[in-house]
Amino acid sequence: MSELMIETHGLSKRYGDVVAVDSLDLAVRQGEVFGLLGPNGSGKTTTILMLLGLTEPTAGSVRVLGLDPARQPLSVKARVGYMPDEVGFYDELTARANLIYIAQLNGLSREEAARRIDEVLERMGLSEVADRPVATFSHGMRRRLGVADVLLKQPQLIIMDEPTQGLDPEGARGFLRIIHTLKEEGITVLLSSHLLHQVQAVCDRVGLFRHGCMELEGTVTELAQRVLGSAYRIQLQADGPAPTLTEALQQLPGVVDVQHQGDGRYQVAAASDLRAEAANAVVSAGGRLLGLDVEAPSLDNIYARYFEEVEHDAEA
Amino acid sequence: MTLKLKEAQRQRAREGSPWTGLWVVVAKEMADHLTSVRMRILEVLIVLTAAGTVYAAIRNLQNTVGQDPFLLMKLFTTAQEPLPAFVGFLGFLIPLIAIALAFDSVNGEFSRRTISRVLAQPIYRDALLMGKFLAGLFTLALVLTVIWLLIIGAGIVGMGVPPSGEEVARSLWFLLASVFYGGIWLALAMVFSIVFRQPATAALACIAVWLFFTVFWEILVGMAAPMLRPVQFGSVEEILAQAQLELALSRLSPNTLYSEVMLALLQPTVRSVGLVLPIQLHGAVLGTPLPLHQSLLLIWPQLTGLIAATILLFAVGYVLFQRREIRA
Repeated sequence: MSELMIETHGLSKRYGDVVAVDSLDLAVRQGEVFGLLGPNGSGKTTTILMLLGLTEPTAGSVRVLGLDPARQPLSVKARVGYMPDEVGFYDELTARANLIYIAQLNGLSREEAARRIDEVLERMGLSEVADRPVATFSHGMRRRLGVADVLLKQPQLIIMDEPTQGLDPEGARGFLRIIHTLKEEGITVLLSSHLLHQVQAVCDRVGLFRHGCMELEGTVTELAQRVLGSAYRIQLQADGPAPTLTEALQQLPGVVDVQHQGDGRYQVAAASDLRAEAANAVVSAGGRLLGLDVEAPSLDNIYARYFEEVEHDAEA
Repeated sequence: MTLKLKEAQRQRAREGSPWTGLWVVVAKEMADHLTSVRMRILEVLIVLTAAGTVYAAIRNLQNTVGQDPFLLMKLFTTAQEPLPAFVGFLGFLIPLIAIALAFDSVNGEFSRRTISRVLAQPIYRDALLMGKFLAGLFTLALVLTVIWLLIIGAGIVGMGVPPSGEEVARSLWFLLASVFYGGIWLALAMVFSIVFRQPATAALACIAVWLFFTVFWEILVGMAAPMLRPVQFGSVEEILAQAQLELALSRLSPNTLYSEVMLALLQPTVRSVGLVLPIQLHGAVLGTPLPLHQSLLLIWPQLTGLIAATILLFAVGYVLFQRREIRA
């Protein structure tokens, strides 16, 4: 299961003096959902285009499914589905006609194409509108047609650029469910986004992009430990002498920081979920526990904190 | 060692054929052309033009039926006031159709954001561009062939004289020249559709070039030749040099090439499309038609010029398209 689907070493792309991607080392394993995160213009789309062989890298090497996309683009593109950030269709043609064109470009036979098209349209809930021109489609329907288009070639790897951009919350949730089912079928997914809570909900691992470099990589929990120094924040409310309670909490193994926020409220930063231990500590220190809550690590926090820190360092 | 070398060579060459998917693109683009409103309008325009001019020509020719061995050719070239001949219309209808077919071919894919989706399929860029060009050329050929058949049919019905083999052969060559004359404008429109992101800009640029060659080129040549080769002493050599320069310059325009081809093919009595000195006419029986192969020899350079210009412009577009970044 640990076979590498995408592997890059020192991958770089320069447009004149502008460095779009700077010596990127990326590894995506089979069956995982990997999220590329970063602000606009940080090199996510350029990276994706290089993975597909649509743009030549300036330096470095790329392997997608063990193939070189610059030299074996046909084999790569026959096995990898790509959904661009603003997926476009021929508006005057019907959804089915658009898919037929793509099926023919993939060299599918007429019967096979018809069968697969019915299947993917059904799956995306577009069967009823299959023979309507795409011009009449809503944004969400276009996105689903985009997925249908990608699934048509039965890919081993799907690359999606900003898949949930511009979707309403319900549409975005539906889309994340689709990605979940793809993962369950064993398809590897690489997606880029800047909508963090969505990425967090669906990705196994994420990579943080900034100025063309992937500066951090790992599971959300790993990133939280690295960036925030602690992954869990425990909100605690207790009656009792503040200094004593603070000291008691600080002495717990795994606690990184304790802040007394007044009015009997404490915020405990810890490497793991220490609710039970914290409650125990408060009670043993003679306090009366009133409330206890834990905040799981949020990518929003990591992202904000990380880019804040980096900006800060750059200014200093 | 040799194995490594072979491996390296294999790696350097891209896998597969650049024409994978070519005919899929051609079929799709042709279907688009033939169903588009734009083409419908142009088809109506060209059919009306043909009907009007050919009707006028038949009316005019009915009196002389039987006297002229090249009656069919006359259908194309006979003008009756106030209408010019059909070939006169073709000279600007063909560029119009060709430009309309191609001015948004590549930038349209960008503005509809379909380009990255299509190129993410297992095809090379070559197939997309070549497919679009061939589809345009085939559509143009289809329209012109239909018109050609209609005119010949109208001629047979209207005058009751079947065309001779030589007439059919001449008009077929004329059809070929017309397609490649259109090919130049098609390739030019395609180059502009790669260079300019806005289809409107590309269309305007094409029209500008077309106007330049249709209207201003002759004027410019008329002014440039006397400046470059002034006639100072009035000698024959000087006058000849100036006239030759003028002719050479005007032949840079595809319009000139096409009208010369048209002239030699459709009027078999034409013996030269350039300058003729009295001494060269020694022994010629004026007014007798040339056989087809002689007429072809006469305009062979013009014909190859039209084809070469088409290929050259396509090559320019090809290089530009290969270097174009896909991300918008």
